[in-house]
Amino acid sequence: MARMTMIEAIRSAMDVAMGRDERVVVFGEDVGYFGGVFRCTAGLQQKYGRSRCFDTPISELGIVGVAIGMAAYGLKPCVEIQFADYVYPAYDQIVSEAARLRYRSAGQFTCPIVIRMPTGGGIFGGQTHSQSPEALFTHVSGLKVVVPSNPRDAKGLLISAIEDPDPVIFLEPKRLYNGPFDGHHDRPVTPWSKHEAGEVAEGHYTVPLGKAEVRRQGSAVTVLAYGTMVYVAQAAAEERGIDAEIIDLRTLLPLDLDAIATSVQKTGRCVVLHEATLTSGFGAELAALVQEHCFWHLEAPVQRVTGWDTPYPHAQEWDYFPGPRRVGEALVAAMEA
Amino acid sequence: MDERPRLSLHVPEPEVRPGDTPDFSRVVIPRAGSVPRPPVDVDPKEIRDLAYSIIRVLDREGQAVGPWAGTLTDEEVAVGLRHMMTLRAFDARMLTAQRQGKTSFYMQHMGEEAVSCAFRMALEDGDMNFPTYRQAGLLIAGGYPMVDMMNQIFSNEADPLKGRQLPVMYSSKEHGFFSISGNLGTQFVQAVGWAMASAIRNDSRIAVGWIGDGSTAESDFHAALVFASTYRAPVVLNIVNNQWAISTFQGIARGGSGTFAARGLGFGLPALRVDGNDYLAVHAVAKWAVERARRNLGPTLIEHVTYRVGAHSTSDDPSAYRPKTESDAWPLGDPVIRLKNHLIRRGVWSEERHRQAEAEIMDTVIAAQKEAEKHGTLHSGGKPSVRDMFEGVYAEMPPHLRRQRQKAGV
Repeated sequence: MARMTMIEAIRSAMDVAMGRDERVVVFGEDVGYFGGVFRCTAGLQQKYGRSRCFDTPISELGIVGVAIGMAAYGLKPCVEIQFADYVYPAYDQIVSEAARLRYRSAGQFTCPIVIRMPTGGGIFGGQTHSQSPEALFTHVSGLKVVVPSNPRDAKGLLISAIEDPDPVIFLEPKRLYNGPFDGHHDRPVTPWSKHEAGEVAEGHYTVPLGKAEVRRQGSAVTVLAYGTMVYVAQAAAEERGIDAEIIDLRTLLPLDLDAIATSVQKTGRCVVLHEATLTSGFGAELAALVQEHCFWHLEAPVQRVTGWDTPYPHAQEWDYFPGPRRVGEALVAAMEA
Repeated sequence: MDERPRLSLHVPEPEVRPGDTPDFSRVVIPRAGSVPRPPVDVDPKEIRDLAYSIIRVLDREGQAVGPWAGTLTDEEVAVGLRHMMTLRAFDARMLTAQRQGKTSFYMQHMGEEAVSCAFRMALEDGDMNFPTYRQAGLLIAGGYPMVDMMNQIFSNEADPLKGRQLPVMYSSKEHGFFSISGNLGTQFVQAVGWAMASAIRNDSRIAVGWIGDGSTAESDFHAALVFASTYRAPVVLNIVNNQWAISTFQGIARGGSGTFAARGLGFGLPALRVDGNDYLAVHAVAKWAVERARRNLGPTLIEHVTYRVGAHSTSDDPSAYRPKTESDAWPLGDPVIRLKNHLIRRGVWSEERHRQAEAEIMDTVIAAQKEAEKHGTLHSGGKPSVRDMFEGVYAEMPPHLRRQRQKAGV
């Protein structure tokens, strides 16, 4: 066991995967010699050589496009998009190509690639370094979508993603890279070294895709969250003294519906959280599934707390971010309905 | 008063439209045999003029002339002629089948048969093409069974792609034919990735990318050239300039660059233009570029200058946007007739044998069609199972798809 930040855990996952399987290659903008703007790939080029970890031109389309070709050849590329906000030029390659290759070729060609990208806000990144585009990927047949919330999960999920036979979108909440963050931006930052999930095994292990984890047992209301919002939910529940059951979804596609339904059928109330904008967000899918599968158990309307339907602002970051105050209000509303 | 000149937008237009007399006087055609053949390890800077010329081997008399001639024996050329004739007969039958409602859609190769048929002969088994929808000659010349092509076109119970893909969007890993997307340009950069992977693994296989003149305007084209150039990927990048992108003439995508091949110059790539209706020239240029890639000398960009004689697809009517007789005026002629005349001139072929071969080939195609139709056509006979619709989205079916399949009752 070692103490790791989420950055170190992600790096360790790629290190372990590259060490075990020569077909794993890692590349992206500033990823090679320098080791990535967030340092997630630091040392990998030195350890595995330039042909397995290298810098690319600034072309997200190119990064994903060549990764698809490499996967068709038989490699397992794990590529980095510097910020999720920059993934859009690659969207056609992801949606029309990576996601459908297995299907349209009847399994002759497959696309085992991982596309890693820092996601979410909380770092004063403005509209080009703060977005949460997960719903653009959960809407696509053939993709898997993962959002870890701590170093231990991040490593195990990333190894699972790299070993997975299908394309995986791996969204890394950048505000969690160095420590858990509960939305209280005015308080001192807690490092991962002081958190139990910062203890990470150094070798190979996996956390399965498609399995949620209950972060806090409770009986009054179910909170469905992922990434940074897991910690915001915990803070809000503690502050309001509400016995919430907090589910960290970890994988959005495929979704652990059993875990969700079991919990909501028990509590009869549900609050859905994400940083991304509200309209057509992943929360809409969650709310719809909850009413389909738990309608006769519900005692209150399903609440959603999300980013507002505006571009992610700069100066107004903390008015935009769905922090513990707004989450707490939703918990109270769910309880009082 | 504002005396600055008023601006106006330039929108390129083809010289002629329906009702006009076809005019290809702007297409400068060098004499066959006049373009030099550089060594494959040439510095690309030395051959920049090849991006503005046209490499040709067959002259007007059907002789193979110049430094690019002589890459194939007469026997191999005769095989090549049969491939092109087969593709043409196949197209004719499938166009008719589409009109008869046996499939929804078809795309033919008329006039462009030499490009894919000749290129395939320069490749080895194990190399991988990333084709567009107008390179079925890669399959025909590569020995892929015609029955399987037809099964795919008919989306029948024996369709290798299980009814999931639009007709002619074939896939055969075994025959070095990557699954055709149908989205334009996307696969050009994937070919570069496949080639990079082969280099990463110190393999000896190479990749071949294909794109149309119109689709070179996509960002994927530029990304492909950047990555190919940066990593010196063992890839041959082909632009098939058939003059028309559905109804849009090639000048709209080309802009002011003179030729499509010239796009490669800024990337430091060797860029060659070849007479796409000259089987021998296409083969010679393909062989040159393939050898470059194989010797780890890097990528090559090739522009095949040809003409789309038929409609873009069965959903298109070219008489609405170009003169009906334009294809007759195309100065590079018909690839099948040109190669036939060459073999006759060589004394190894005759009009009589050609007619016999045409009849034999048509019999083979008809026999294949009969065989395929036993497995059904789009609206009658055997069909892929509805259950198959839910399979293969992922390696393992996730719970939500299992629930949906159950709901669909299949």
